Amino acid sequence: MMAKCLDHLRSKDGRWNASLALLTAGMVALLLTILLFLMSEAWPFLISADTGHGGNRLFTNLLQNPGWYPLEGRFGLAPMILASLAVMLGAILIALPLGLINGIYLEFYASAAFARGFRLLLNLLAGIPSVVFGLWGLTRLVPWITQWQPPGASLLAAILVLSLMILPTIALTSASALASVPRELHTGAIALGLRRTSQIIHIMLPAARSGIVAGTILAAARALGETMAVLMVAGNVVQIPATLFEPVRVLTANMALEMAYAVGEHRASLFASGLLLTLVVWGLSWMAYRLGRHQRKFARHD
Amino acid sequence: MFQRLTGLLLAVALCLSAYGVQAADNRLILTGSSTVAPLVLEMAKRYEQQHPQVRIDVQTGGSTRGVNDTRTGLAHIGMASRNLKPTETGLRVHTIAIDGVGIIVHRSNPISSLSNTQIIDIYTGKIRNWKDVGGRDLSITVVNKAEGHSTLELFLNYFALKNSQVRPSIIIGDNEQGIKTVAGNPGAIGYVSIGAAEFSQARGVTIKRLPLEGVAASVAEVQAHRFPLARPLNLLTGKSPSPLARRFIAFAQSEAVADLIADQFFVVPR
Amino acid sequence: MIDRVFSTVVFAAAALVVAALVWVLTDVVSEGAARISWAFLVTEPRDAGRAGGIAPVLVSTLWVLVIALAAALPLGLGVAIWLSEFAPKQRGFAAYTGITLDVLAGIPSIVYGLFGNAFFSVYMGLGYSLLAGGLTLACMILPVFIRTCESGLRQVSDDWRQGAWALGMTRAAAVCHVLLPAARPAILAGLVLGIGRATAETAALLFTSGYVDRMPESPLDSGRVLAVHIFDLSMNVTGGDGAAYGSALVLIVLIVLLNGLAQSLVDNWFKRRISQ
Repeated sequence: MMAKCLDHLRSKDGRWNASLALLTAGMVALLLTILLFLMSEAWPFLISADTGHGGNRLFTNLLQNPGWYPLEGRFGLAPMILASLAVMLGAILIALPLGLINGIYLEFYASAAFARGFRLLLNLLAGIPSVVFGLWGLTRLVPWITQWQPPGASLLAAILVLSLMILPTIALTSASALASVPRELHTGAIALGLRRTSQIIHIMLPAARSGIVAGTILAAARALGETMAVLMVAGNVVQIPATLFEPVRVLTANMALEMAYAVGEHRASLFASGLLLTLVVWGLSWMAYRLGRHQRKFARHD
Repeated sequence: MFQRLTGLLLAVALCLSAYGVQAADNRLILTGSSTVAPLVLEMAKRYEQQHPQVRIDVQTGGSTRGVNDTRTGLAHIGMASRNLKPTETGLRVHTIAIDGVGIIVHRSNPISSLSNTQIIDIYTGKIRNWKDVGGRDLSITVVNKAEGHSTLELFLNYFALKNSQVRPSIIIGDNEQGIKTVAGNPGAIGYVSIGAAEFSQARGVTIKRLPLEGVAASVAEVQAHRFPLARPLNLLTGKSPSPLARRFIAFAQSEAVADLIADQFFVVPR
Repeated sequence: MIDRVFSTVVFAAAALVVAALVWVLTDVVSEGAARISWAFLVTEPRDAGRAGGIAPVLVSTLWVLVIALAAALPLGLGVAIWLSEFAPKQRGFAAYTGITLDVLAGIPSIVYGLFGNAFFSVYMGLGYSLLAGGLTLACMILPVFIRTCESGLRQVSDDWRQGAWALGMTRAAAVCHVLLPAARPAILAGLVLGIGRATAETAALLFTSGYVDRMPESPLDSGRVLAVHIFDLSMNVTGGDGAAYGSALVLIVLIVLLNGLAQSLVDNWFKRRISQ
């Protein structure tokens, strides 16, 4: 057994296997370090018992504490969690219908040449750095909203910039989900004499549904994790917004703004919000993955 | 490709090991207050001209960052536009200039002065429109500083406010960001370093400073010890700074940089 | 009738999206083009970036990118090969690796910034440096890069493996001469994704590579990358918007160029591999 093992190691494959496995182990160690570092830095915030009220500090901080004032030792994350969700949902609400219709346009309406150009434009825009969208939002969108409804830097500005950022992704994934629907389904629908609108709405969209939803969830994850573009246009006031025109601060922006000088429990609370975001984004990616797999199965079986 | 990439990796590893050599006594890293940074940057440029082998890096982020980075060793020297708090031990303070904190509004704003009560009412959200203090019918955009900046702490202290009482419309970080925000919004009010504000105004930025308790927010009034909201601009080091850090601080406190302090609209400490 | 309404809606939505996207793009291109000149690319920034150029910023950007790729590429490719070709199928260690990678791929970039600051800058003592920034970015792009390469390798038909085996090739040789070339599109896609993310990143670099805007002399100097430069100019510099748009245009062109370059490099390399 031992001799065989050594033999194996002496062979070229054995060395490859061993060294690559070692490499993988090292990498996993590195990646685990990232997670462990995050958790250990966040730990004081997660476990510290609230001496005043007897309850768990995390619970108090998440739900009851009315505000985020590190100077006064108050770390209420609730307004920022709500702001993050509001910005994400708002962006999806705008980008999903528009993106979906553009996917339909690309697949069923656009001429081949125009679709090519349009795809190129969408790909280019999907690759534009978020800080450029932030710059554009700050210098074009915010002054424009200011004239109308000061202060301008607001929930609305953040939603508009983000929806512009995720639109190309949603349009492209919807188009490819529609393209991967089996041809027979489409030809069948035509053979049944269905109207074009009915073909698309009743046959093609349901068949491509899981792919579209998966793409949307990925876009939502991106929206939730986005930092710079939102930081630049949202005004960054910690509050639960009553209207679209009020400024908000999202979790990611909070980390970017306060990381530089946070110490002690304040710093731990930033790492804890990072951990929280990671879990949510991971959950979203996992859902997208499951749905994407479903779509592939569907495509294969038909 | 693998060999080439391995080579690259090796090079990176070499760089890593070379770090020990690199960290010799010819570079200084300073971080902290955005009020102090522009001044120190000018001082650093002059110091580098006189000592070509020395490299000085200056980064902003707020006074508290300066304190933290000096304590963790990320920076050789911290910059803080305030005095140390009782909890911030183990540091030495070297004052290089004096500055004030002034209220600024957009240049087109007809208001020429605000009382302390009015300022407090604006910042706590009791007054939300300029017409309530004798101005135009325009809603007020309250610009507040992010926590960790000493300008915020001085402002709150002076007006006996807690940050949780302030009802801001926009939160900003550095002085420059505050000036840029106010200059771009006719209904905005903010508070920034007087030095930074005068410096920007001298270059035509559309802001104006309001007097505080009837005293003009100007370098001259800060120099005469009349302006009520003044603060020291400090450099921070550990208990035993490196020889280069010591030399640089001596340089920053010497007559050789008095003109730079005046150019940035700060006051030389006496 | 319904068909006509529906197609009108579709065309209107498409026109709206194209208009919005073209608006952003033309804004950036026209404002940026007004600033860009040869001098803009090769001079140092003056007056906090209002005047002068972006030469040191460009150099810092390339440094960070090269460091990130140099660390992520060999590591990522090696791990992907092991996962798809050598690891026991989908069990034990390999499965856990997969799960870890999926978790890490979902971490927002700012969180990598927090980690990079705590680990590379403070714990490893690299301070604010291009090296710390590049390594942070490497951690950030690794999970996605590995997953793309791995799935590309897995999708290579088993016929190729059996063919290589029938020819008496070792597994290592099969990987180098058959499987990697066959998985080329996926590897390329992973590379392009990585370059795109690394070049565009701001949040992860604010607290790792810092924002000193002068020419870096070694990877241990702090340096300001293009994305951070744009952020600083637009947020903190009155009258810096023009230069910010100029830098934004340079950044977009840079990303497009790098993608093209990556494509042609990978193409070349695989051509040589196959003909060997």
